[in-house]
Amino acid sequence: MSKPGSAYPLEKTEQKTETHTMSVLVDNEPGVLARVIGLFAGRGYNIESLTVSETEHEAHLSRITIVTTGTPMVIEQIKSQLDRLVPIHTVIDLTVLGQSLERELAMVKVAGKGEKRAEAARLAESFSAVVIDDSPEHFVFEITGEQSRIEEFVVAMQPLGLVEVCRTGLAALARGPERM
Amino acid sequence: MVLQALADQGVDHIFGYPGGAVLPIYDELFQQDWLKHILVRHEQGAVHAAEGYARSTGKVGVVLVTSGPGATNAVTGLTDALMDSIPLVCITGQVPTHLIGNDAFQECDTVGITRPCTKHNYLVRDVNDLAKVLHEAFYVARSGRPGPVVVDIPKDVQFATGIYTEVSNSQHKSYRPATVGDEDAIAEAVELMANAKRPIFYTGGGIINAGPVASERLRELVRMTGYPITSTLMGLGAYPASDKQWLGMLGMHGTFEANNAMHDCDVMICIGARFDDRITGRLDGFSPGSKKIHVDIDRSSINKTVHVDIPIVGDCAYVLEQMLGAWKAKNLKVDEVALKTWWGEIDHWRARKCLSYKMRDDVIMPQYALERLFALTRDKDVYITTEVGQHQMWAAQFLHFDEPNRWMTSGGLGTMGYGIPAAVGVQVAHPDSLVIDVAGEASVLMTMQEMSTAAQYDLPIKIFILNNQYMGMVRQWQELLHGSRYSHSYSEALPDFVKLAEAYQGVGIRAEKPSELDDKILEMIATPKPVIFDCRVDENANCFPMIPSGEAHNNMLLGDDVAEEDIGNVISETGKVMV
Repeated sequence: MSKPGSAYPLEKTEQKTETHTMSVLVDNEPGVLARVIGLFAGRGYNIESLTVSETEHEAHLSRITIVTTGTPMVIEQIKSQLDRLVPIHTVIDLTVLGQSLERELAMVKVAGKGEKRAEAARLAESFSAVVIDDSPEHFVFEITGEQSRIEEFVVAMQPLGLVEVCRTGLAALARGPERM
Repeated sequence: MVLQALADQGVDHIFGYPGGAVLPIYDELFQQDWLKHILVRHEQGAVHAAEGYARSTGKVGVVLVTSGPGATNAVTGLTDALMDSIPLVCITGQVPTHLIGNDAFQECDTVGITRPCTKHNYLVRDVNDLAKVLHEAFYVARSGRPGPVVVDIPKDVQFATGIYTEVSNSQHKSYRPATVGDEDAIAEAVELMANAKRPIFYTGGGIINAGPVASERLRELVRMTGYPITSTLMGLGAYPASDKQWLGMLGMHGTFEANNAMHDCDVMICIGARFDDRITGRLDGFSPGSKKIHVDIDRSSINKTVHVDIPIVGDCAYVLEQMLGAWKAKNLKVDEVALKTWWGEIDHWRARKCLSYKMRDDVIMPQYALERLFALTRDKDVYITTEVGQHQMWAAQFLHFDEPNRWMTSGGLGTMGYGIPAAVGVQVAHPDSLVIDVAGEASVLMTMQEMSTAAQYDLPIKIFILNNQYMGMVRQWQELLHGSRYSHSYSEALPDFVKLAEAYQGVGIRAEKPSELDDKILEMIATPKPVIFDCRVDENANCFPMIPSGEAHNNMLLGDDVAEEDIGNVISETGKVMV
């Protein structure tokens, strides 16, 4: 079968993708998050996780932490594209820096009685999760840690009456005394 | 306050259209005479006119439109300016702040809609921020890689009085585009250039945007090295087309010699161009054997589609100056022997005369029309704008530019209807020059209403229509790729362009035979009013040479290759792999 005619090249090249965590320092002004998200949506980049909050009140600065996947060329593009947005101060690729500190917080609601409830409490303790709400029929656990650890915990709760999960997304900082 | 900010930014012309939400600013315009307002007939026209003004002067173009439909009509122009990196400030009216979000009459989320089609945008909620924001808007529009900036001003903010902030030279808090290139990279680049056996300069609109100085430096560097040079559609005029080192435009409808030289080169020096898909063709076949140097002010243009060996982020004017300095400091010499052989190869490609076409006596060939237009205007002070399509490519091939800022065309977005309003803007900036919009009959109807603007302000623009009654480029693609099934690309019931010109208080001229063409063109040039020139041309002419999409530079279709046989067959034989 002959290929359809097109004014554009149709073939796609398959390349290996990588996951990167980026830390972006922005002016805390209306619309800045929409600019960042719009850039990702408009150019077809992935967002695996996104965390935003004002971090320096006096300087009106917010920090956005984004986990994204793409080919090395796309990752470079994402950084350059972010960098040229007017209200963005700095873009740091923490994955390239290596060994950055990455944490996430999750709340995990588990409902159950008897043996399953006791097992959930026992497991939670071994994961260092904290009970922040409970009744004879449920627990809400708070767990903080690396993403992989949170995923393990959620999987462990699955057979024990997992109801729902809320995750904050990743917070990340580079190690060492320097500022980004 | 808005007008004070415009005055401090050195603005003397503004293109706009009034409406409820900008009436306070229009009222201020009424009470002054230093700022000239050009009333367009559609907001898209205002933006294109400002683009034409900006591109032909190097200044920031300024637009003033109302809220809602005023802003949405401007979106095409803003996107066009973003794609072609044209500095604009577009002031939009907005409903009063207390009504924002209420679905008020003529309300739209202007900053939301224009966010992806501007370089930056602002909604000003406090009059005390207004002046600062306007100054910042001009700074952002013109610095780094230029682009359009929208400032959305609610009506209550327009009425309010507040503190005016003077223009300041202090650094922007977050936006700091690079200007000077990295010295080490430049040293490495000039070494690579000097050792090249088959070098080529590939330049683009970045040179034009970097100002006339960049063109001067480019000329110096290219002449000093003796290397061949080609350019994108956007970069025409940066290097004189009459020079012997000039290979013509490259890309999909570029010359045989330029594209083959790009394919076979060993060192490519890309300055202010961005490896667009119309330039590269098939990526895995794009100049496979070359080392590539890429100078661009926008880091995101580097390594976007094509891997580059030596990236240099900086303003072309500065980097070219640095390159010249580094070359001279190291006292580098080119490899004369290799260069001679390389020029020999290029001359061989040149001898193919890829732009040749079959002249006819009974019908005007579009290429011939443009050759004559060029010949009869070349000694004049002429500015060219175009619409989009075959005529645009022919104009790029057959009109030759020796100076920058003389050629205004919609390259990135490919906006049909760009040419007339752009010509209006150019003529406003250069009232005594000859401004010609090379047009197609389909494109030109998209913004024909701007003839009325030209008439109102005595702007003697010349609209030179290559009328083949088809959307020619669409027809060409349908012929090549869709089995000559001309789905909706023929315009029946076209207007009588001569009468149309007269209806718009202009002059209409029609040419149907090659023999009458010269006299009619001279008549057009001599007419001190807006002219629509209806040049009836061969309906079936195709624009060659052409790199079919999905093909590499060394696989071009040439006009005389295919003239002998059915063009549709030529493509299908090659297996449609090329599309």
